[in-house]
Formats: sequence, structure tokens, C-alpha cells
Amino acid sequence: MAERVFDIRKQTGFTTIAFACFAMLYMPIILLVVYSFNAGTSIAIWEGFSWRWYASAWENEQVQEATLRSLVVALWASGISTTVAVLAALATTRTRRFRGQTAVFALINQPLMVPEIVTAVALLIFFAMIKVATGYTGLAYLILAHSAFCIPFAYLPIRARLQGMDLSLEQAAADLYATPFQVFRRVTLPQLWPGILAGAMLAFVISLDDVVITEFVKSAGQDTLPTYMLGQLRRVVTPEINAISTALLGISITMVIAYTLLSKFRK
Amino acid sequence: MTNAISARALRKVYPGNPPVEALGGVEIDIADNEFFTLLGPSGCGKTTILRLIAGFEHPTSGTLEMFGQSLLDLPPYKRQINTVFQSYALFPHMTVAENIGFGLEMLGRPKTEISQTVGEMMELVQMSHLADRQTGQISGGQQQRVALARALAPKPRVLLLDEPLSALDFKLRKNMQLELKRLQTETGITFIFVTHDQEEALTMSDRIAVMSDGAIRQIGSPREIYDHPADRFVADFIGDTNFLSADVVENRDGAATLRLGSGRTIAARAAQGVNGRVTIAVRPEHARLGTPAEGLLAGVLSDAVYFGTDTHFHVTLEDGTTFVLRQQNSPDSTAGFATGDPVGVCFPAEVAQVLRD
Amino acid sequence: MAEIPDITARRAARNRWLLLMPALVILLVAASGPLLITLVYSFLSPGDYGGVEWQLSFDAWFNVFMQRDIFDDTLGWSDAHLSIFWRSVKLSALTTLACLAFGFPTAYFIATRPKKQRDLWMLLIIIPFWTNLLIRTFAILELIRNEGTVNTVLIALGIIDAPIQMLFTEFSILLGMVYVYLPLMVLPIYASMERFDFRLVEAGYDLYATQLQVLRRVILPLVKPGVIAGSILVFVPSLGAYVTPRVMGGGNQLMIGNLIELQFGQGRNWPLGAALSITLLAIVMVALLAYVRAAGNDEAHHG
Repeated sequence: MAERVFDIRKQTGFTTIAFACFAMLYMPIILLVVYSFNAGTSIAIWEGFSWRWYASAWENEQVQEATLRSLVVALWASGISTTVAVLAALATTRTRRFRGQTAVFALINQPLMVPEIVTAVALLIFFAMIKVATGYTGLAYLILAHSAFCIPFAYLPIRARLQGMDLSLEQAAADLYATPFQVFRRVTLPQLWPGILAGAMLAFVISLDDVVITEFVKSAGQDTLPTYMLGQLRRVVTPEINAISTALLGISITMVIAYTLLSKFRK
Repeated sequence: MTNAISARALRKVYPGNPPVEALGGVEIDIADNEFFTLLGPSGCGKTTILRLIAGFEHPTSGTLEMFGQSLLDLPPYKRQINTVFQSYALFPHMTVAENIGFGLEMLGRPKTEISQTVGEMMELVQMSHLADRQTGQISGGQQQRVALARALAPKPRVLLLDEPLSALDFKLRKNMQLELKRLQTETGITFIFVTHDQEEALTMSDRIAVMSDGAIRQIGSPREIYDHPADRFVADFIGDTNFLSADVVENRDGAATLRLGSGRTIAARAAQGVNGRVTIAVRPEHARLGTPAEGLLAGVLSDAVYFGTDTHFHVTLEDGTTFVLRQQNSPDSTAGFATGDPVGVCFPAEVAQVLRD
Repeated sequence: MAEIPDITARRAARNRWLLLMPALVILLVAASGPLLITLVYSFLSPGDYGGVEWQLSFDAWFNVFMQRDIFDDTLGWSDAHLSIFWRSVKLSALTTLACLAFGFPTAYFIATRPKKQRDLWMLLIIIPFWTNLLIRTFAILELIRNEGTVNTVLIALGIIDAPIQMLFTEFSILLGMVYVYLPLMVLPIYASMERFDFRLVEAGYDLYATQLQVLRRVILPLVKPGVIAGSILVFVPSLGAYVTPRVMGGGNQLMIGNLIELQFGQGRNWPLGAALSITLLAIVMVALLAYVRAAGNDEAHHG
């Protein structure tokens, strides 16, 4: 007779719920992807495989424009937010408590704490004032808004990396006659790279995916891909939306996996 | 001749609530060419001194000079002082050779000179065959050697070593102790070595400073420290010691007569003006067993513990305290006493060290 | 004794603020500053075509909870607003509970996998977390809409004749929010469970605890910080949700976020929108503060 092994970690039903959870998380996404290849116009009745919705999305001028705009904004925003986040992380790690530290942390993390809709409305009000005053209605508003809410996402992995770094390495460099700038360039930066890259990618994905703030900040005709899709949902939906979603999903998943690998790198 | 390092009233207080005084007014003079060791338990302030000399910390008050020049306004990268870190702190993104050449590169030395010096240094620490390895791919002992070579390559005037051997296993540590001593003699650089290991300090140093609670308790050669500990802390921290109470019967310019608990009197050296009740220290190996009649102290042999090279005898004295003796074993020797026997503890009067309070 | 002035420390302080400056400027201009302006706007009068008249008025704040009857001019609670507030709080609480019910066992499951597998399982949680919220909402929308997968399958199987109306109900919003915010519950609970020492469970069983008692008396108290963190992380964005109720509620079932948007669109009452925003912000801050308190206490307890 086989002896029944007593597993101390077992909690009845937990495994079932966990699998239900994973199924629930992925089934809708998988269906979304599958129907992006549907030959028919339905998002629920399968009529055979086809690339037609990808082709139609590709040829859709609005989609092209929105995609380009999304990329431009995301590149600028991730570039700006990562740069200032590196500087901020250098200033706030490995120092003793300083005056104003709490206020600085509150400010940097504000985009994570304040509900997006509140920030969106506040930016709408503020930028409306500036638009009236200056007459400028370009992309800069979007880039500035995205840069701001991307800062904490870029800041956190960079800061984590800095905190994990062995402080004695920099001391060793200073001990070996490296000036503060040489220490940064030769010792700090080479080790910080994975963190910086991770932060930049995170910021890029966050900017690329943003709906709410973009919806409120954009001027007329400044749709990004997500706001374009939000507008389309009011109409009859064809698998073209699935195709666009699948493409965006692909970008996000690639970035997340790359990010995960990077944050493990050399740890 | 000016001292390599000279500190006056060196104090370091870490801000906080309450502030922590890591060093309380330390006076220290380290001669050129010296192998100087800071010895003490963790938290005694020895690493703080090292970090002040290196420039990673700033003293709260006091002066700190190297060869007569103040170090206080110089950042670490302008001090001709290099450090071997406890964690080695080898740059993980550089090879062994790049690590060793880093300091010279920062000093802007020409490439040919750098590669030549790096070659010499790797020779010196016997690492030439691993020049192109990443530092993560070599063993702990090898990392230790690279750290040493890296710190020596710029030819500093003072080398600081922060417990560099603590991560090595016993045998490797023994080898490196000899190796370090050899390097110090060969290079003629002043070594300041921090350790909590008394044996390490005794075997390598020219002079030792014993520290506790942010203060220096005694500075002296290994022999002086061991044979003539200044106070109870030093006597207790270095080696094993028996502490005995005694009364000063007479003290004439340091030549004192002491009465022990047993009533016997001995002659010993004491500081001038010391009177009344004092504590004296006697090392276990300086005493031997004898009959109750011949001993300075009398008691009962309560335990004999065999240690291979020697045997430890525990004697319960008349006042109830225990006195430990250590006697070397030889093939033909038998102790001649069994536990429970009345015995006497014998030692020459000159080994009794009168301690400062 | 004279203390030596620490030049390096002073220089470090100056450099610190120089390095922080760019980030702080961006955040002040595009995050904190606008919030202050919003606060100011909430005390102004609405303009005819959106915007504001620069005239001090407390109407907006008054209108957050109250209304004046158009016929007899009597004061009364604003039923429309209160029902939206109530729905927001109710749905957020239910979302939190549902996420906890699903998320806790999932986190437990992952934490009890062999060490090498755990990162992979966690990746499965992290991927949805970082993928577009709109796309995920859209994915669940496609599933439950009248011509969506669920109804199509049920009709094809002959279980129902006509599609069940699931979309544009409170249920659909709830489903959407649970789906979207579930990873936010799993992540912190897993983080505290990963450090959990399962020898304590052995000790629990050794001392005659049953499986349920081990869960309640040993595991739960020790992973409580994670549970609290997860609950706040789900509750706060649920309360301020905008996209999910808009897509899944179809404009019939408003939550606070949608009510706010309305004031800047058809409602053309910017001051009221501003006041509602500040109200939402205040509620969220109270929740976050409660969390910091709880986390702080807990740390003091275990630390």
C-alpha cells in the first residue's frame, strides 16, 4: 500500500484557485490574439485564419499616425524621465537622511499615489491655461505629462540597482586616485547600466500604454494608439482592434521579459 | 624623522540621537616603514581610524598628518594612501590586470609604464597567469592577492589593510600572514593593518595598538603587549590570563612588594605611587604546579584537560577562584598529580604584571 | 574643542540638490503644480463653455454632495452623486475582496513552488501587470459582450436562446476591475510569502494545529503586511478607475472617475470637476495614510 505523504505546504483548494486565476488572466488575452487572425468580421465566431486585419490596420492612416505619435511620445518621455531619474537616484541613495528627503520622495512618487484621473484633470486645467496664453498646441504637452508620470517607474529600478551596489567599489576607486567624475564614469555607470536600461524600458512601456492622461491632455487630432482604440470601442468592433492590440501586447511582453532578465543580470 | 601617520586628539562622532562617539581623542604616531596593527574587538574604533586616514570619513575634531602634512583637506583621491578592503572591492566589470592598473591609469601614467608595473605587481603576488580573468572567476585567496597588488601598484606611501585575511580559510590565512610580512619588508611601505585576531597581530606586527571603546589602551611591540599588558582589558583580550588580587606592602620607586591572597609576598614592578589593593596578571604558561609547600599559592587540583601539545590544569585556590596553568607535554612526562590532590602554584615573581586600573 | 567644518558634506548637499533639480522641476510643473491649480479652480465659478470665471464661489464644493431642487429651491442630498460615490466605494471594496479571494491562494501556490519555478510563475503574473490596461479591459469585454465568446458558446450549446446581457452592468465593471487589478494583489502578498519560513508551519502542525488553523494562526498573521499592501494597491486604483468603468459600464454605470470626466465634457462644470477630483484625492490619501500607519505598526511589531 502506498503511503500517503503529508505535505505541510498543502492548503486544500489553493492550487485549484491558482490555476483558475492563471486561466482567468490569460484566456481573454489568448482569445483576443486568436481572433486577431480571424478571416471573418466577428470577434467570437471563427471563420478561418487570415492576416487581413493586420493588413487593414497597417494601411489605416489613422492607425499609422497614432502609432507614430505613440512612439515619438514614448521615446521622448522615456529618454527624459530616465535621464532625470538617474540624476535623482544618484542624489538620493547612499546618503544619510537629509532635510527635505520626505518631501522629495513624496514628489517623485506622486504619480504612483495620485489617481490617474485626478492628475489628468489637473493637467487638462493647467495646460488649457498655457495653451490659451501661448497659443502652442503641439506634442510638448503630451511629452511633458508622460515624462512626469514615467519618472517614478524609471527611478525605482535605478535606485534599487544603486542601493544594491557595493559602496566599497566606489571608495576603492577614489582610493586609487579616481576623481568623483572618474568614479562615476568608470565604476558607477558601468554597473548601473542594467538598472538604467530597465528603468528606460519600464518608462517606455508605461508611456506607450497610457490612456487616461493622454485622453485629457491631447489637443485635437493628437490621438495616440490607446486613445484611438478607446475611441474605436464606441463603434462596431472588428478584429482590426484585436490586431492592433496584439501588436501592442507583443511590444509590452517583449519589454517585460527583457526587463526581468536585465534586473536579474549580475545579481 | 617625521612620522608616516600622526594623529592628535582625533575624534569622530556620528550624528544621531544620541550621537555615537566612535573615536574619543586618539593620539597615535606610526613610523615610516613600520608594520603597525590596530587590534581590538568589533566596534572599538579601529576601522574608523582607517577610514579617517583613507579619507572616507571626516574627523569631528583633531589633526591628522601624513609625513608632516595635514590630510584633512584632501579627498581620498588626492592622498598617497591605498586601501586593501575587507570585501576586496574588486571591480566586477574589469579583468585582473585592469583592476591592478586602475590606480596608475587614474594618475595618468603612460600606458607602457602601467603595463610594466602591472606585470611586476602580478609577479609579486604570483597572479601573472590569471591576468585576463574576470574578478568573479577567481578564488577568494586569488582575489585577496589582486586586491593587494591593486593597492600596491601606485606605490602608496601608506597602505591600509582592513581585516584583509578574515574571509580566508585557516591555512591560506597562515600563508598570507607570512606573505604580507614579506611584502612589507620588500616594498618598505608603511602598513597599517586592522584586525580583531590577536594571533595575527602578534605574528606580523612591529607594533600593535590595542583598542576598545574608541580609545587606545596600549601601544607597544608584540612582546611588550603580551608580557606586560598595561591594563585588565589588554591582558584579557590578548592571550589567556589569571587575575589575582594583591596588596601593596611597600612601593619604592616602582620596586614593590606585594602580598598575595595566600599571605606570601613577592617582589614585582609597579608604577610609582601605586598602593593599596591591585590586580596582577599571570599567564598560564608562566606558572607550574608544585607541592603546596613550594607554591606561592595553594589550592586543590580540580581538573586536568589534555590538549595534545599541552595540558591545562585548573587549580581551585583557597579563596575559591580558579587558577589555570598550561604545561607542555613531553613523551616521558607525567603530571605527577591527580585531581583532588592539594597542590601549589609556582611562578617567578617577575612574570607577575601589576595592572593599571 | 573647535569642530572641523566638513567641506565634503556641504559640497555633497549642494550637489544633491543640483542633481535632483531636473526631476523636481518636471514633477512640479506636470504633477504637483497642476494639483494646486485644480484646488484653486474648485473655488471658482464655471464658465459658459467650459473653463472658469475668476470669481470666488463655493458652489462646486456644495454640489459635490448636495443639490438645490430646481422647482422649490430646497436643499437636499445630491442623490445622483451619492449613488455614484456609493457605487465606487462598493465596487472597489468588492474588487478588493474578490482579488484577495483569488490572489491569496495564487500567491501561496507560487510561493510553495520549487525555488527555480517561482520566477517563471511570477512572470506570468507580471506580464499582465505591465500590459496595456485598455487592451486587457478590451479582452474581457470581447469575452462577455452579447455577441462575445461566452454568449456565442452558450447559444451554440443550446443552453440559452438569447444572449445574456452582462456588459454595461455593475457586474461587468466588477469583473473588469478584478481582472485588471488582480496582479496588484498577488505581487505584494507573494513578496511577503516568499520570505515566510515554512518550518513555522511544521511547528504549527507539530503543536496539533489543523490545516485551517495553521493558515489562520500561523501563515496569515505573518503575511498580513503583504495582504494589507495588496488590498490598498487594489482599492486605491479601483476607486479612481476611469477606463474600466467607461468601457465595461458603457456610460450607464458611472464611477467617480467618469463623473469627474463628465464635468469637463458635456457637464461643462470645471469647478465641480475640480472639487470632485480633490475629493477623490482626499479619500485616496486617507486610505494610503491608513496603510502607511498599518505598515509602520507592523514593522515596529516584527522589527
